[in-house]
Amino acid sequence: MAAPHPTGPQKPASLQRPLSPHLTIYRWAPTMIVSIAHRITGVALGAGALVLAWWLVAISNGPEGYQSFYATVATPLGLIVLFGFTWSLCFHMLNGIRHLAWDLGYGFGKSVAGQSAVLVIALSLILSAAAFAFVWTGHAGYLS
Amino acid sequence: MSSLQTPLHRVQGLGASHSGTGHFWRQRVTAVALVPLGLWFAYVVLGLAGTTEVAAVSFLAHPWNALLMAAFVVTLLYHLTLGLQVVIDDYVHTPGAKIVLLLLVRFAVIATGSICLFALIRIASL
Repeated sequence: MAAPHPTGPQKPASLQRPLSPHLTIYRWAPTMIVSIAHRITGVALGAGALVLAWWLVAISNGPEGYQSFYATVATPLGLIVLFGFTWSLCFHMLNGIRHLAWDLGYGFGKSVAGQSAVLVIALSLILSAAAFAFVWTGHAGYLS
Repeated sequence: MSSLQTPLHRVQGLGASHSGTGHFWRQRVTAVALVPLGLWFAYVVLGLAGTTEVAAVSFLAHPWNALLMAAFVVTLLYHLTLGLQVVIDDYVHTPGAKIVLLLLVRFAVIATGSICLFALIRIASL
């Protein structure tokens, strides 16, 4: 039987109403994965904002500061974390646009929402991989 | 059905949360602004990847670039504050812990923003 509501007063068993099933009951769908991933990437990008501050401070600290920042980021662990931030930014922006479309009333249908969820996952992976490929093939650094 | 709200409550339009749709709307406004600003940021990060600090300094010392980076930082941190508030509202249910966390988020965001803006001013004066 359903447990009484944790914050409500204790009621006799005959008055205990059933609660709707919680998240763990449902089979995972793309829309659910993308929904929670939007929140997780948003929090992760909060840590990314700290790296952005570190980057700006490193630039303002002259050659040594900048070199130490790049040396840290260029380690294998640094690059994995950087790819995480890159993917998070791609994903959060693409899914944010999906949310803005919803706010305008577009794309609410069950099948459309599922398709756009899969599209956002695929595009975010492609874009973040493309960004790394862009740098590794020597195309980056065009602002020097 | 007639409304259960008093006329004053209805004209204020703030609802049960006492803050109306202000949080929702600010989150959307900052989200819309972050689409072009975020694309510009990606252009900058890729453009400066693998270069020396000379390139980064001369790029960010330019007034338009410094302004855009400042706008990106401030909008990003505002959007982050609104988003983290939703996460805390959803998952933290004890009033004391909630207030402490919301305060910490605001202090951290203002500290981060101040550091970024000071770094930008310093870069511009290098």
